[in-house]
Amino acid sequence: MILDVREVTKQFGGLTAVDRVSFSLEGGEILGLIGPNGAGKTTLFNCINGVYSPTKGSVVFKGKDITGKHTYDIARLGLARTHQIVRPLNELTVRENVVAGACYGKDGLSLRDAAKVADDVMETVRLSERADVLASSLNVAQKKRLEMARALAAKPEMLLLDEVLAGLNTTEVSGMLDTIRHIREGGVTIIMIEHIMHAIMNLSDRIIVLNYGEMIADGSPEVVSQDEQVIEAYLGNPELAEQILEEGRA
Amino acid sequence: MKRFTGLLVSLAAVVVLAVIPLITHKDSSMQSMFTILLGIALASSLNILLGYTGYVSFGHIVYFGIGGYVGFYTMAQLGQSLWIALLAGAAAAAVFSFLLGSAILRLRGAYFALATIGVNEAMKALVSNFDPFGGPIGMTLKVSFYKDYGGFSNIGWMSYRLLIVVTLAVVITSYLVKKSKFGLGLMAIREDEDAAEVMGVRAPSAKTWAYVLSAVFPALVGVLFFFKNSNIEPGDAFRLQLSIEMIVMVMLGGLGTVIGPILGAGAYQALRSTLLTVDKVKDVQLAVAGVLLLLIILFIPTGAIGWVRRRFPRLRRVLE
Repeated sequence: MILDVREVTKQFGGLTAVDRVSFSLEGGEILGLIGPNGAGKTTLFNCINGVYSPTKGSVVFKGKDITGKHTYDIARLGLARTHQIVRPLNELTVRENVVAGACYGKDGLSLRDAAKVADDVMETVRLSERADVLASSLNVAQKKRLEMARALAAKPEMLLLDEVLAGLNTTEVSGMLDTIRHIREGGVTIIMIEHIMHAIMNLSDRIIVLNYGEMIADGSPEVVSQDEQVIEAYLGNPELAEQILEEGRA
Repeated sequence: MKRFTGLLVSLAAVVVLAVIPLITHKDSSMQSMFTILLGIALASSLNILLGYTGYVSFGHIVYFGIGGYVGFYTMAQLGQSLWIALLAGAAAAAVFSFLLGSAILRLRGAYFALATIGVNEAMKALVSNFDPFGGPIGMTLKVSFYKDYGGFSNIGWMSYRLLIVVTLAVVITSYLVKKSKFGLGLMAIREDEDAAEVMGVRAPSAKTWAYVLSAVFPALVGVLFFFKNSNIEPGDAFRLQLSIEMIVMVMLGGLGTVIGPILGAGAYQALRSTLLTVDKVKDVQLAVAGVLLLLIILFIPTGAIGWVRRRFPRLRRVLE
């Protein structure tokens, strides 16, 4: 078990954004995290990687209690993430962005070693050609890949992907899916938030569904997409759910 | 060798300026170059915080004052040598900036900038009322003190040579920081502090060390300045306007580059000394500094070097 989230609750004033969510995750799994807008998905990410300190509950990563630890300390344990709204280091080059990811990541590499890792990672996410331009000059799809590259360069054991497919066109989506599979083959455990159903149903080993901060389902994509509560809260139409699954298999 | 081109160009810029008085042997030339080197050293130090880390310190001159006062006290009251005074001044600035940095670097943006102004003014008021430092009158070094340093007439030149050493040390430090992992962390903080932390950059400690580093050199400059001056008082040591001028120098030359603050300080100080000779209008250089800052922020926010680097990417390796 690489991650154990126990009864995590996050309140902002009177609003409970995440409400007693518990789940655990085996190494190498891909876990999909879905739910309507405002369900608390990103907040849950923030509680896991230390951007927020949970109001209640605990998070255990690799057997260590990381609840309330600084986000940079958690990052150095091998937990990397991407942001839903991309956050490139604009005035630095693409290479510098990725090198920074590598040298402050799990292994704390020297600049020289980090440069080598960065070259490999930029190859993986197909950014090598843009290595020496400023991050601000990338287009949206490239910025998403940069987020991914920076997280990967840290050589994480676990990766939190926050809507890396949003805003991409069909070709870009399939390219990104290949990249994600490639990462999983490298043994990295992944939790991903996604709204593109066929992608997440297809990719995930398991899916959990949040609604108003509460976890309303936890299971395989097949089971979750048949779940009445999930259909009512999120998927809407049962036939549509079937159809999505079909598409995913195709 | 190629790796260090950027550093060599920056050092060469300082050396070319610094040797002029050494060749001409003119007192007036030394005095004006002293002001320029002082500007370069202060601006380059500030750049580590302002340019690399992205934190605007409006009251950075406080470290010039603290270094100056502690160094001066060490010489005038404790009877120690200039060398001990330099160490004491730098140590005092380091300790104070570490403690203060740990506290106020939690503030971001305008709040941090305001806090730094407050610190400078508070320190000035404190020193003005602190009897061991001579209160509002300050302290004076006796002529006899300078016997060990080749006599009073030699002090200007001796201080000048030492200032060259300090200035070169600042420039080398600035370059090494920029090219290091530490520097990359600082620049990540400048671009997006929250994202940097998520990437594993320990922002609180990185910022504090950047702040300490940018405080130590102004303290050394302060010790030298007041040693040469033979007199120190609160108004001279904690001059807020010099603080603002430091920012103008960095912005003019190019934020976050090694050579930018060198050229910016050179150009600004040269302009300033020309304006100082204008009759009738007192302190016109401050108005000019204000207008200059406004124009830079409006039209070339990356400064002269930033602009050149953007226009001519090939020059990037030469102009670090």
